[in-house]
Amino acid sequence: MHELSLAQSIIDLVEEQRGGEPFARVRTIRVSIGQLSNVDPRALEFGFEVVARGTVAEGASLAIDRPPGRAYCTDCSATVEIATRTDACPTCAGYRWVAVGGEELRVIDLEVD
Amino acid sequence: MRHRSEDCRCSRASAFARGHEHPHAHPHAHDHGHDHAHPPEAQRRIRVERDILEKNDRFAGENRLAFQAARTLALNLVSSPGAGKTSLLVRTLEKAMGRYPLAVIEGDQQTSLDAQRIKATGAPALQINTGKMCHLDATMVADAVAELGPTEDGVLFIENVGNLVCPAGFDLGEAAKVVLVSVTEGEDKPLKYPDMFHAAGLVIVTKIDLLPHLDFDIRALVANVRRINSATEVLRVSARTGEGMDGWFAWLDARRHEVEEAR
Repeated sequence: MHELSLAQSIIDLVEEQRGGEPFARVRTIRVSIGQLSNVDPRALEFGFEVVARGTVAEGASLAIDRPPGRAYCTDCSATVEIATRTDACPTCAGYRWVAVGGEELRVIDLEVD
Repeated sequence: MRHRSEDCRCSRASAFARGHEHPHAHPHAHDHGHDHAHPPEAQRRIRVERDILEKNDRFAGENRLAFQAARTLALNLVSSPGAGKTSLLVRTLEKAMGRYPLAVIEGDQQTSLDAQRIKATGAPALQINTGKMCHLDATMVADAVAELGPTEDGVLFIENVGNLVCPAGFDLGEAAKVVLVSVTEGEDKPLKYPDMFHAAGLVIVTKIDLLPHLDFDIRALVANVRRINSATEVLRVSARTGEGMDGWFAWLDARRHEVEEAR
């Protein structure tokens, strides 16, 4: 359940942001959780709700973007879409591919007032 | 929800406004109902665009620089609970003590039992109790290194919390993640926990002295590791009998040589 510490890191970033541009509360936090990252979005939502209590982010909703996994296949040189780490290259059925997208864990923006 | 006209920015209000384009200074009654909510005046969007793991990765980067400066080979040992991380370390320390400096950071949710086992070999060890946390992070390792002191020209083993999921995403500043998997686990472990095996710089199959008693297909395990991580080396070791320990020491020496070369 490392999603709990990721949720804490999200709230730390929100607090830091508030230091620069004061706001009263956060309505929505938009995050990007790549499909090849080792994060379960539902666990992140649950962890966030728990960790946000008593912070500026209490009651805020997480809007989670899920960019798809993208990979460069070193066998056939194709750039392909990959759903999980156990997938074969859809072009050549090989497993020697390198992820080039879908691993991100980012806070994109905040809706505040 | 009803609004005064100066507050209203909905498209219906705009259409209404366009309907009477005479210059006037009088206030309008807001004479249409709404079936939607308005964003309050003060609501705004703030761009952030920062990595969630930014703080961890910053500390990991600092740890890595400190390890390089002290020519320390730092290794992050990960596995499911009970795969034999501490046993491998005890055996390693017994063999390598005196050849070069060695130290161990032990991560567990509770107890200092593992650090006690390590200290019994004479090697410096520091226990980190993570409490409710399921993994070590780079700030914990930075604190532990500050307390333990540098392991100059030696090897620092960081034994992570037994868990094949959470530690995969947290860079500690190590040169490599060493993933242990014992022959009493399933051959399909790499497919079930691909993130960790993908992150591995080395995979060690442990407890191979038990193979005669098991129906464990070690070739199937290696094939599954290769499917997730075609680059990693796979070693086979028994800390109990010492079988395969030479390969592990050869791997350590090669990595120590790389640290020396990077000076």
